[in-house]
Amino acid sequence: MMNLESIPIQAFLIVSSALFCIGIWGLLNSRNAVRVLMSIELMLNAVNINLMAFSSYVDNNLIQGQVFTIFVITVAAAEAAVGLAILLSLYRNRVTVDMESFNLLKW
Amino acid sequence: MSIAITTQIICFTILSLVILIGALGVVLLESIVYSAFLLGGVFMSVAGLYLLLNASFVAAAQVLVYVGAVNVLIIFAIMLVNKKEDLKPINDIKSRRIISTSICLTLLSLLIRVDLTNVWSLSSPQNSIGEESTIRIGEHLFSDYLLPFEVASVLLLMAMIGAIVLARRDVMNKDISTGLPVDQELIEKSSEPLLTNKN
Repeated sequence: MMNLESIPIQAFLIVSSALFCIGIWGLLNSRNAVRVLMSIELMLNAVNINLMAFSSYVDNNLIQGQVFTIFVITVAAAEAAVGLAILLSLYRNRVTVDMESFNLLKW
Repeated sequence: MSIAITTQIICFTILSLVILIGALGVVLLESIVYSAFLLGGVFMSVAGLYLLLNASFVAAAQVLVYVGAVNVLIIFAIMLVNKKEDLKPINDIKSRRIISTSICLTLLSLLIRVDLTNVWSLSSPQNSIGEESTIRIGEHLFSDYLLPFEVASVLLLMAMIGAIVLARRDVMNKDISTGLPVDQELIEKSSEPLLTNKN
């Protein structure tokens, strides 16, 4: 093993890239609307890992990345609340959570 | 951080394995309830990664907000909308799967190539401020990030009101489809959806 001083930043970046791509795959392929929201949360977490890694390795005195992560967590919480409320009212009107049946705005 | 490098590497490997396998489980498992609980595990492991990066405050915020609020909200939503339904088959599902999987794999290889080939100009992580980071975040939030902080509070208020308005059940005097007056006692009991046959 190499004589490392700390974990290389590339390891964090690869984990966050893989998490982001899994999120995109889930967003494109899932038919349950709740699972789509979960995939969005996965993508936001991938972005947060990226911000935290750069904040710790590049900017470890003024940790601005951590402040940005706090803001992203805030926006994600708001997004989840509004998204699930929209989902509930959709379910009340269409009695399904299948993404393929939400086609009112389809051209 | 005073943890030995070997311990850090072991912790990082375990946490990233849990994150990636859990995320695959979230998008691939059939049962949505299992997905929701795996999502909680993914959030906890991400908080562990933040601890490895010397960010205890953000790790605590991650556990409180994501595991404590978002995940519970998702589980409640599953409880409210979880109904066994037979999904209509889609005729070109195979080609869609192939196209989306290839797009995701291409994006993944592109990102990993950028991660590995780019030369990052890093300062040494040795002089990290460690536990002082909470104080530093507070200073940031009340000096140079004051405006985003206040805007975030307004955003949270708007999201709260919006979620209440969207999820509230409207009480109406007349039935929309028949035009007959509604028996007010039955509003909470009736589960007859109004727009069922509008497919």
